[in-house]
Amino acid sequence: MLTTEETEIIKGTLGRVPNPTETHVFDAMWSEHCSYKSSKYWLKELYTEGKHVISGPGENAGVVDIGDGDKIVFKMESHNHPSFIEPYQGAATGVGGIMRDIFTMGARPIANLNSLHFGSTNDRRVIDGVVKGIADYGNCVGIPTVSSKCYFSDCYTKNPLVNAMTVGYTNKEIFTSVPNKKGVVVYVGAKTGRDGIGGAIMASEEFAEGEDKRPTVQVGDPFYEKLLLEASLELFETGIVIAAQDMGAAGLTSSTTEIAIKGNYGIEIDLSAVPLREEGMEPWEILLSESQERMLFVLDYDTLTNRGKENIFKLFRKWDLDCFVIGSLTYTNNFVVKVKEEVVCDIPLKALEAPVLERRHYPKKGDINFTPFVPPIIPDFNMDWVWEQYDSQVMGNTIHGLQKDPAIVRIPNSNKGIAITTMSDVHLCDYNPKKGVASIIENCYNMLKDVGAEPLGITNCLNFGNPENENVMYEFATTVLSMAETCEKLKFPVVSGNVSFYNETSGKGIMSTPVIGAVGLIEDYENGHYNISGQ
Amino acid sequence: MKTVIIIFPGSNCDNEMERFLHKFSGVKPILVWHKETTIPDADLYVIPGGFSYGDYLRVGALANLSPIMKEIKRVAKEGQKILGICNGFQILCEAGLLPGTLRINRTQKFICKPVTIYRGYDRYNIPIAHAEGNYYHPHPAKVGIAFTYADDVNGSTNYIAGVANNNVLGMMPHPERAFESYHCSQDGFEVLENFYGR
Repeated sequence: MLTTEETEIIKGTLGRVPNPTETHVFDAMWSEHCSYKSSKYWLKELYTEGKHVISGPGENAGVVDIGDGDKIVFKMESHNHPSFIEPYQGAATGVGGIMRDIFTMGARPIANLNSLHFGSTNDRRVIDGVVKGIADYGNCVGIPTVSSKCYFSDCYTKNPLVNAMTVGYTNKEIFTSVPNKKGVVVYVGAKTGRDGIGGAIMASEEFAEGEDKRPTVQVGDPFYEKLLLEASLELFETGIVIAAQDMGAAGLTSSTTEIAIKGNYGIEIDLSAVPLREEGMEPWEILLSESQERMLFVLDYDTLTNRGKENIFKLFRKWDLDCFVIGSLTYTNNFVVKVKEEVVCDIPLKALEAPVLERRHYPKKGDINFTPFVPPIIPDFNMDWVWEQYDSQVMGNTIHGLQKDPAIVRIPNSNKGIAITTMSDVHLCDYNPKKGVASIIENCYNMLKDVGAEPLGITNCLNFGNPENENVMYEFATTVLSMAETCEKLKFPVVSGNVSFYNETSGKGIMSTPVIGAVGLIEDYENGHYNISGQ
Repeated sequence: MKTVIIIFPGSNCDNEMERFLHKFSGVKPILVWHKETTIPDADLYVIPGGFSYGDYLRVGALANLSPIMKEIKRVAKEGQKILGICNGFQILCEAGLLPGTLRINRTQKFICKPVTIYRGYDRYNIPIAHAEGNYYHPHPAKVGIAFTYADDVNGSTNYIAGVANNNVLGMMPHPERAFESYHCSQDGFEVLENFYGR
């Protein structure tokens, strides 16, 4: 929720008291989850450039060039909070969300990976639900899950971590969420319901005991996602798309405003054109719903008129998908929401950008640790039980699947392959945050080299406790600065990432857990330093 | 050799099937969308794996109601070769072109791993990947068994992995995941040769 201080700032910029709908919009957009207000200050230090990088952090996913016009798109994202409340749906929609981030860029997902941190091997409610959720979603959409790792520590008992990564491929133009001309805003996909309302806000607060948060968790439909994936890729082919954005956290609000802000336009939408699943939804509920499997496209107005709306929209009908024109980009630089003729929200887009905070950060007392690092005892856990549930072979491009690390996936119809892995080391990071993350990145780098791959770049998921706690913030800052230093030294850029704060329940937080996902290029998969046949 | 691949919403093994058939026959397969009401002439019709209609209602049940299935039933009657893999097998059972039905695995879980299957004395190493591959028929003696698993992997009656009815073959294992140099084997080609050459 907005603090009194924040409310005052908003009143100041608007010059008036925001109406209830506008307050909800601010509440979501200024949440930690959407605004990155606590992390931005540090994240700008990261090393994000390199000869392969086409697009770095700030877009839906990072893009690297692998030659011959081929591009690899990848990102990792957390879905920690929902996965504790409702493990199956929480994990499933996490996978759905990260895959949408990839195909929003015009790339077809070719591999899924995940890194899971649980409280103990006995926590069957969470483990069974999360694994089945990931499996059912990825298997149905038909993207192989090629790497999955599980870690256990008491600190995750009430705050399990579900970090999912997707890698995509394209040899066509990359699509971004930055429009370069005015266009028509089109809504495609599932209807908007009351599920997931306040999800972004929920993920920006600590949990308290006994609270029922289930209505804030979204419900996934992988079949619908598959239709949306195919239809979106077909739509990109027509050349009519100016910008695209999936409706993730804070749904319609964040997707529409992000597009407008990036392109330096205004945007106007009419909520009466949005398809609804339930009757009597309030404007703010429609704006903040996190119903899954929805996409937002900005289409070129002239092309749409010339070719005829019907000719473009029949593409969606082929896939039995609904699509609606809900608004357009404007020259006003305002976010205007109407219900038919009535204006329910009119905010300058600039005002939606939350102020960047430089939070207090201070090491724990006695942090200088003279005791030697003792590696933890790894509990016995049958990974085959996990791996068997994931379809690691669909698409027919898996060279090394779940049992090997790094995974190796062939680039469709070529001799190229990519080596991919995820890694974390929470105990080392807890012992020494600086050395911990440096060691993870170096290990990823070396692992890729070992199979003959050229390291291209990394993505990350930074899972931390409450940023208002100065010790947590100290570990966060130390981790990011060390990551920046290590990546620069290795020329191993960060191309995308995600921060998850507030992994705390009743004041007890997780140990700081940075997770790294790394990608490398193998020029000829028949000639790597690994055994090609017999997975 | 002309081949046709039928694509349903939710089919997801169509790309590798296309590459597999292309490599096998030397000719690019024709892709046919499920809403079509006519089907091109071909030597082999393939229904690939996936989750047609998200497996909603019952695996294969909704796909069986698609317009193209009328045509599939017609060419089946005319004696053309039809091959259903995984979800394709489930659809052929729903359509009544093959006997029996596929239930959820005995483990109640999705299983993805390479398995050994037999066709008479021939043995193949081919991956499976399914949640509903537990074949059931009350009178297995009346079924044209095409393949059996070496082990009880999912609870199928008499370890049945594939069923044939003259010119129609359905199987749960994925031959299109067993042909590239990096796959667990290249036995997929033999499976196709045996069926097509029969």
